[in-house]
Amino acid sequence: MGKPGKPKLAVWKFASCDGCQLSLLDCEDELLQLADAIDIAYFMEASSRQVKGPYDLSLVEGSITTAEDEVRIREVREQSRALVTIGACATAGGIQALRNFGDVKEFTAVVYARPEYINTLETSTPISAHVPVDFELQGCPINKRQLLEVISAFLHRRPPQVPAHSVCIECKLRGNVCVWVAHGTPCMGPVTHAGCGAVCPAYNRGCYGCYGPKENPNTASLSHWWQEELGTDRVTLVENLRNFNAAAPAFAAESRRQEADDGKE
Amino acid sequence: MQSFILEACHLDQLIQAIRQHGFQLVGPRLQDGAILYCEITAADQLPRGWTDEQEKGRYRVRRREDDAFFGYNAGPHSWKKFLQQPRRPVWRAQKAAHAMQIEAVVEDAPAMAFLGVRSCELHAIAIQDRVFVDNRFRNESYAGRREKLFIAAVECATAAPTCFCTSMNTGPEVSLPADLVMTEVIHDTEHYFLIRAGSARGEDILHQIPVEAATARQLRQAAAAVERVRQQVEAGPRSFDSSDLKALLYRNFESPAWDQVAERCLSCANCTMACPTCFCSTVEDTTDLSGDHAERWERWDSCFTADFSHLTGGPVRADTRSRYRQWITHKLATWHDQFGTSGCVGCGRCIAWCPVGIDITEEVERVRRLEG
Repeated sequence: MGKPGKPKLAVWKFASCDGCQLSLLDCEDELLQLADAIDIAYFMEASSRQVKGPYDLSLVEGSITTAEDEVRIREVREQSRALVTIGACATAGGIQALRNFGDVKEFTAVVYARPEYINTLETSTPISAHVPVDFELQGCPINKRQLLEVISAFLHRRPPQVPAHSVCIECKLRGNVCVWVAHGTPCMGPVTHAGCGAVCPAYNRGCYGCYGPKENPNTASLSHWWQEELGTDRVTLVENLRNFNAAAPAFAAESRRQEADDGKE
Repeated sequence: MQSFILEACHLDQLIQAIRQHGFQLVGPRLQDGAILYCEITAADQLPRGWTDEQEKGRYRVRRREDDAFFGYNAGPHSWKKFLQQPRRPVWRAQKAAHAMQIEAVVEDAPAMAFLGVRSCELHAIAIQDRVFVDNRFRNESYAGRREKLFIAAVECATAAPTCFCTSMNTGPEVSLPADLVMTEVIHDTEHYFLIRAGSARGEDILHQIPVEAATARQLRQAAAAVERVRQQVEAGPRSFDSSDLKALLYRNFESPAWDQVAERCLSCANCTMACPTCFCSTVEDTTDLSGDHAERWERWDSCFTADFSHLTGGPVRADTRSRYRQWITHKLATWHDQFGTSGCVGCGRCIAWCPVGIDITEEVERVRRLEG
């Protein structure tokens, strides 16, 4: 990277809603600075200009849900010096990973008039299940400031400042009252990765876990307190574990354990 | 130190006198279902007639049967957020022709006044002073704010079941210097503050507000109110003998208690954020996209995160067991070696604000019980 010639950036889309790519366009004020520092060589959502690889930095949005995607992500990896996945789909399979807990054939039969047109895999999986990933930026959608931080970090070869601790720390830094302790509101904050700035608790809502698991998450202990002390029913608990990061291992394991316990009772 | 009486109906005059001395006054305020420390400009903003119920992992505000201004217990905020700021810029740097220019960010520290500081909180501030002011590694941001600080302390006329100040020798009567010390008394139709100055600044303020000399009866009433709280805390569920904590924890690095607590602990860091003495911070160094500008920010950190103990190759304390053990052992044992006191003041915040109700006093007892 660096001089001469600006580093080349590519943005790739797999199974996703485009919201995370949109965060890049949403940068507005910083876009000119970004274009100054980097050659946006491939970004179909922003421009039809397509510069061939290799690329210095690839941002990958979306999960792998088709056989074609399984091949394409390998091609992307081969052309990319650094590959960063962005968003819950790319890092944890996204909301479409709910299929991992059900039967895809049954779903397609219910939803589509001609299910035979649908050619899809049984599961939705994160990019890291298919190719080596240099950094995962979690969130649904990702935070644009964190995205700029990650791009800056890769440009200048330093570690990105994207702490993997809980949303609770963000709440405490901004002086939020804990909605769990003070209001009895079930909140995913203690097991959820920081990054959003604790938006929901700041408005007296529990965290929905949009940013996926934090490092070292104790979902079993959270589930126990939700059920025993906050009076949460199991359906609500499983729904919260299966929002946008359902296939993230810590969330998936606990939601499956809850379902298994439900079966026993 | 002579004691005076300030009628409750004149409390606002105290607030205005402090503000007229140029202080930004912060004190208790009912907000978002809790009693928080915020800027106060008038007595009617105080949580008059409100208190709280606290237990492990649970906090609720409720109405009192009287009109006490300070009839609540330690809440989610502690004063440390005003002295050791949660986030602050440390320096900014710019790429120059031949080198990098680094400019320290020096704050013009605000003159703040804290209204309603409890004895345990005075001890907590004193503990942080030893870390940030008296220590070899002085924190100029903290020291600047601390130097100008005016403290109006209030003795406790109430206690929560989570309080254990008497076990840590930090309360409930005010036992460290403050600019003003107040005791709120409500007796039949009387409602007044016993107030005394602990500094020249405090005396200046006292001269500007309508006070009268206290009678022997009023002194007795105020002392009795605090004594009742002492007895309540001593008889409370968290009261324990803390005299052998250091030796106990030093003997028990390998206690099975650590595995047991790790099953429940979320390593979410709420205890350390709520704690009025936990002082750890990290620095975050960033550049902008151009690479021409860099910044260093300081922010609160916690020994419950992986990054906290990250060295080449990974975190030294990768699992929750070792993180909890580190926290409690530092707080109650190694703190003595480092700073000459315990790191715990018995305010009970870590008990109430732990989402899964982990109780530091119970964990000490568990270590004791499981000892061979």
